[in-house]
Formats: sequence, C-alpha cells, structure tokens
Amino acid sequence: MMYKPEILMSEKTIRNKTLVAFVVFFIFIAGCLFAWKWLHQQPMENSALRPLRSVLNLNERIALGFFNNDRYTKSYSKAMAAPKVRVNGSAGLEDNADTANWKLHVVKAPGDTLLISMAEIKALPKTEIIFDFKCIEGWDQVTHWGGVRFNDFINKYGLTAASGLHYAGLITPNNKYYVGVDMKSMMHPQTILCYEMNGAPLPLNQGYPLRLIIPVKYGVKHLKRIGTLSFSDERPKDYWYERGYDYYCGF
Amino acid sequence: MKKTINKHPLAIRWLHWINFPILTVMIWSGMLIYWANDVYKIGWNDKTILKFFPTSFNKALNIPFRLAEGMNLHFFFMWFFAINGIIYFFYLLFSKEYKLIFPTKNSMKESWQVILHDLHIRKGLPPQKKYNAAQRMAYTGVIVMGFGMLLTGLAIYKPVNLNWLCYILGGYEWARIEHFTITMLFVLFFIVHVLQVILAGWNNFRSMITGFEVIKEDKNLHLATNQNIEMEHDSSIKNNSDDVQA
Repeated sequence: MMYKPEILMSEKTIRNKTLVAFVVFFIFIAGCLFAWKWLHQQPMENSALRPLRSVLNLNERIALGFFNNDRYTKSYSKAMAAPKVRVNGSAGLEDNADTANWKLHVVKAPGDTLLISMAEIKALPKTEIIFDFKCIEGWDQVTHWGGVRFNDFINKYGLTAASGLHYAGLITPNNKYYVGVDMKSMMHPQTILCYEMNGAPLPLNQGYPLRLIIPVKYGVKHLKRIGTLSFSDERPKDYWYERGYDYYCGF
Repeated sequence: MKKTINKHPLAIRWLHWINFPILTVMIWSGMLIYWANDVYKIGWNDKTILKFFPTSFNKALNIPFRLAEGMNLHFFFMWFFAINGIIYFFYLLFSKEYKLIFPTKNSMKESWQVILHDLHIRKGLPPQKKYNAAQRMAYTGVIVMGFGMLLTGLAIYKPVNLNWLCYILGGYEWARIEHFTITMLFVLFFIVHVLQVILAGWNNFRSMITGFEVIKEDKNLHLATNQNIEMEHDSSIKNNSDDVQA
C-alpha cells in the first residue's frame, strides 16, 4: 500500500498527534545542535578534533586496503607539461643549501646511515613522469619530472629489509620540513627521487638537488630538498599532519 | 471529524530530516575547502558577473584559512551523507514509494504547466497523485544530484585508484567543477523548496513532521498543489481517465 486511504480524525487527535510529532522533531533538532557542539568540545589530536582524526585514520585504512600498485596516475605527453611550474611552498628551503657537499642520508637502522652522492643517484636508471600534480588546496598542473624510481633505489642499495616497514620519513637538511609516507605509496612504480624538472636540473625553489615526486599523493608530501630518508613502523613526524591535515593524503 | 491522509511514511520523514543537517555541514565544509582554490566564476574571458565567492561574502562567514578543518569535516560527514542517501534510495525502491516520486511519461510536459500555474500565468493543474509533475522532476532530480555528489566527490577524492571514474567524469578538473556545480544546484533547490513549502502552508509542512495531511473539503477553493491529493486504493498506479481530483 503506497498511499493510504482517508482516515477520519477528530480535531483533538489531530492536535495531539501534531504536538507529539513536533516535540520529537524539536528534540531531534536540539540533538543535532548538541552533537555539533559536543564534536567541537572534543580534544585535539594533531590539531584536528579527535573524532574527525579517528575517521581520517579509518579512511586511510580503507584506502590502503584498496590500494593497488597496478593503478597508475594518468601520464601526459611532454607537450602538455607546463613550462612555468607553480611554486607553492618554501618550508624547509629557508637556508642556503650547501648543495656542493650535499649527500642523501639514508638511515637503514639506528646508527647505520648510508651517505649517497648525487652522482651515485644519477648513475641509476632514469625514469621520467609527466602527470597532473595535485595540490591539497585544490589546484592541479601537468608537470614533467625526472629521477630515480624509488623502487629501483631501494633494490640497488639493499634496503629491502627497511622498506618492509610501514612508513618512510623524509626530512629537509635544515629539519624544518618533514613528511611521512606509507610504504605502499613509496613503492608505487611512479614514485621517484627526482632531480630534474622539464629536462633540466631542479631549480632551487623546486627542491634542488633532490626532491620526492609521488603522484599518488597531494603536493604536501612531495618534499623538496631531501636531507634524510628513514624507515619505521610508526608514523614519522609530518609537517602538515601536525597542523591538522590528514596524514595519508593519498589518491 | 476531519478526513486525513497518511502522506509521508515515517522512514521518509526521518531520512529527509536527517539529511538536512548533514547536507548543511557538507556544503559548509565544502565551502571551507573550496576557498583554498576559489577559481570559479560566472562570466567570460576577464569579464566576471559573479565570482564564487566574493571576498566580502567569505569574510562575513569567516571562511578563509580553514582548509584542514573543512576537509576533516567533509571526510567525516561524507559517510553519513552517503549512508543516509543510500538507505533513502533503497527505501523508495522497496516500499514502491518511488512510483509516487519518479517522473511518469507525462511529467516533463506537465511540469511546465505546473510552473506556469505556480507563477499565476495558467489556471488549473493537471491531475496528480502525491506529487505534481514539477515536484516529481525536482525530487527525482535531487536524488540524481545526490548520486552525482557521491560520484564526483569520489573522483576528486581518489583520482588514481578510481581513475576510471575520474576519466568518465571528464578528468580531475572537470570532476571538481561538476562537484561544485551540483552543490550550487543543491543550494538553488533548497531555496525554491523552502519557498514552495512556505507558500503551500502549514498543513503541507506539518505532514513532513506528523506524516498526515488534513484533506480540505472546500470545493470552491481552487486546489492548491498540496491539497490536490488523489486517493490511491491500489498498490499499482493507474492512469485511468476516471481519476478525479479530491
């Protein structure tokens, strides 16, 4: 039965039924307002309200459950890459880089740090990627990068044990910008340790000499000027996470 | 004694009113997110008729610099929006209530007649059941928009793992534009909906809370939209010519 036949009701019944229904309705509205107020009274966890933070973490677990390394970010032709690449952040690049003496520090285990020079990194096979770089602010730009596939880098330097951990942490040489990335995303075939942009060495404001390009993440994770790379099962500290953003930030 | 009719089932009423605060929070948090890249406008080349949104508007609502908060709210309440919407949709299907809401083959033509009537250009309405043709189009439209929100939202949220969806929707930038456009359509719907509810009056509004509507017997009063109810004693919808207006 979809549309019920007429029912006879006395004025009194109508009044009473209306009253009861409206009382329930106002309790519902009050409940909504109360829930909203309650939510905003919850303690902060890394600058996000705890219930929201918990659901972000839940969303991350679901996303990682579905994460598939066979799914690629769409590639574009060289002609489509922007000649002028947007610069949107300089945290971690405040100091003049001692680029001449720059070496990548790779912490294999506590007290066991590898130092790798740019020449050694460039000796590895080069991978190029032209993809739609997506900023957490909502803009995007097709850009062209070149470097070493992180996956290849791990194999070449015998870091497979370290890469079996859940996270990689990256920090700029001045320790002012830092990100943590889940290992599934790090090992994605399109993730590169990048030293070229538009076929030329990275400009200083794009993270010379070496930056991360990780197309399965928002731009905030593409750390410029890598100083130290480390591995852990716990979440490494993350600059924007501390400022209230999602830790995962993945596509 | 007065004749009444059970107009809105309990489930529909709850799902409707639960959706209201959820959609409000989704639109609000969406505006906090959109602010961080507020590039859309109505206009052409460098001519702007309406910028989304004017700086004064953003300032008045205290929108600037709340991107993280907006995202966190959005990715929390999205679950409630999706679950409530999906329950609503399946309720319509299984209760057969959809037969009163989805458009019939005449709805497109008749909805113009309803609009002309509501604008006081035309007298008299085509015969209808629970909803007139324009309502059928609008209410079915928002259901489609709800699905559109989920799909365009998912495409922006997971453009790599759901790259096929992103592709179908015309790519990342188009999906974002579509997501924004549907939001604006929701706001537009909301404005018209509230206006129409106010115009339809107390008896109609009350029915969305109590479930029943009192049938007005006054034949001289020209049948307003909400009073124009036909009896349906059969579970199947008949389009008989002997259908009469109540």
